[in-house]
Amino acid sequence: MSAFKSSIIASAIACSMTVAASAFATDITGAGATFPYPIYSKWAEAYKAKSGVGLNYQSIGSGGGIKQINAKTVDFGASDMPLTPDVLEKDGLMQFPAVMGGEVLAVNLPGIKKGEIKLTGKLIADIYLGKIKNWNDPAIEAVNKGIKLPNTRITVVHRSDGSGTTFIFTNYLSKVSPEWKVKPGVGTAVDWPIGVGGKGNEGVASYVERIKGSIGYVEYAYALQNNMVYTQLQSHDGSFLSPSSETFQAAAAGADWPHAPGFYQILTDEPGKNSWPITGATFILMHTVQEKPANAKEVLKFYSWAYDNGGKMAEELIYVPMPASVVKLIRQAWHDKIKDTAGHSVWN
Amino acid sequence: MTTSKTESREKIQAFLDIAFKLLTRFFAFAVLALLAGIIIELFVGAMPSIKAFGWKFFTSSDWDPVNNKFGSVIQVYGTLVTSFIALLIGIPVSFGIALYLTELSPAWLKRPLGIAIELLAGIPSIIYGMWGLFVFAPKLSDNFQPWLIDHLGPLPGIGVLFQGAPMGIGMLTAGIILGVMIIPFIASVMRDVFEIVPPTLKESAYAVGCTTWEVVWNVVLPYTKIGVVGGIMLGLGRALGETMAVTFVIGNAQNLSFSLLDPGSSIASTLANEFNEAFGNLYTSSLIELGLIMFLITFIVLALSKLLLFKLGKMEGEKT
Repeated sequence: MSAFKSSIIASAIACSMTVAASAFATDITGAGATFPYPIYSKWAEAYKAKSGVGLNYQSIGSGGGIKQINAKTVDFGASDMPLTPDVLEKDGLMQFPAVMGGEVLAVNLPGIKKGEIKLTGKLIADIYLGKIKNWNDPAIEAVNKGIKLPNTRITVVHRSDGSGTTFIFTNYLSKVSPEWKVKPGVGTAVDWPIGVGGKGNEGVASYVERIKGSIGYVEYAYALQNNMVYTQLQSHDGSFLSPSSETFQAAAAGADWPHAPGFYQILTDEPGKNSWPITGATFILMHTVQEKPANAKEVLKFYSWAYDNGGKMAEELIYVPMPASVVKLIRQAWHDKIKDTAGHSVWN
Repeated sequence: MTTSKTESREKIQAFLDIAFKLLTRFFAFAVLALLAGIIIELFVGAMPSIKAFGWKFFTSSDWDPVNNKFGSVIQVYGTLVTSFIALLIGIPVSFGIALYLTELSPAWLKRPLGIAIELLAGIPSIIYGMWGLFVFAPKLSDNFQPWLIDHLGPLPGIGVLFQGAPMGIGMLTAGIILGVMIIPFIASVMRDVFEIVPPTLKESAYAVGCTTWEVVWNVVLPYTKIGVVGGIMLGLGRALGETMAVTFVIGNAQNLSFSLLDPGSSIASTLANEFNEAFGNLYTSSLIELGLIMFLITFIVLALSKLLLFKLGKMEGEKT
């Protein structure tokens, strides 16, 4: 009787241990940026169906991702704001770009259709600085000849939470407006001179939908999903562009990845007459010394698979996949930089 | 034999009594320890910011994460203004509800109405926030706010409170939503204290020919005024700390503006928005210092309400 009992207990323990062990082996964990969340979850689903390895990704924001990877609670962190090579060095991290995408300016102006209004970088900066207050301002009318702009007060909408989307947007503004560069400057959160703050892309989207005369910056996929009215933007070379995979790709193609130490590369205001001005890459952060090399390897396998097979899925969601030449550089960086505690490369 | 059995049983019971006493005491003191722990932790967390800004944190309206300059004026102002608007709306309505329930309503209606009010208190605050943003704010911006801007905006003095664009979101909207949220709290406390007024007092007043209004104003209110104030304090405490509903409708702008129509931010909404993504020591610790200020404000309000309720209890004993 007691032997029977103990054998049951033993098998129960064995069972629970295998469950626990397999749970560890199959799940990789990551946290961070909200911007790439839709594509990461799509990749994760497809990858799990193929390999059985699940990805538990929490989109808590870029700042949160950086904190979590430093606290080592996750296998990788994700951030829309690249860390500078010094910071990477100091925290023992390496980063690589996962996917690229674009941001658009969405407006709420009754009677105005998608892509009808043209804006220049200078105009956007002046609107966000509070210097242009009305939609029928002569400066806006000058680039929109033939369009009847209403005499409506402009309501500026920005992110209330710290965000990589804000980082990319303010980075663009400081490149096109010297005044913006001095104050408020560039950051995941800045001291906005005017406007209302919405939490997350969806918060900005819902404010823009609700407030007449408003303008807000959102990731292109959000604008598409919510059927928002976006504007044309002026490229670095002066041409006016509509947001699309082609213009995002044109901006991405101009990036000089081979000469960017630590893959530190911001893709705003790239030269080229087809380059969408507000484009950015989103990054993965990992420790250079891996205490759990098996987990690290699973993460790298996941992204390696995504580079090879996830391009089409990314394009469906209007992200821009990394070009093959850059992927080669990334794999080399994995091999060179990510080591286990004994100093052996995790990725071979 | 029986006596020794009883004795041993008494011993066990005495031991259990002591053990029970110690256990309950442990629970009670654990709360105190938790409170002390939170205060200490907030102080420690806020230390870098306290050291860097000192008293200037209370007088500066900077909130600039890029240049690491922080002050609490915007958030404290937003918190107090929205709570004040909430009380302005919440108190009269709650008073009316409590009055109707205790003095005027037919007996069969008292229970369902009372339950409905208590149910209102159980609605999660995010529901109020969503309702505020999607239903209430558009209505406000289409009808009510343009009227305010046209009619009250040009007035000298208070006009400054009603200028700007009718966006529908802002401090006024947040205050109104908070007002709706605190009504069930204030109303149910008021109803409870109105009910403890001895019927003899009220009946004698009616007997000498008082109207209902006179009875309420001259008998019920004086008798319960401390309890009523306690209920209001409770509502105020809730309004000060409310996070989600406010975050939805206040506009989350770190700018100081006297117009109630402009977006602002409260301490709680700032914490909800920015804590997750805050980077750098000073930014995080400034947010924690905001939390500390919040804690102090709520602590004062709740301590006052407890004190008043305690006094009410003592006065009951004297009068009956």
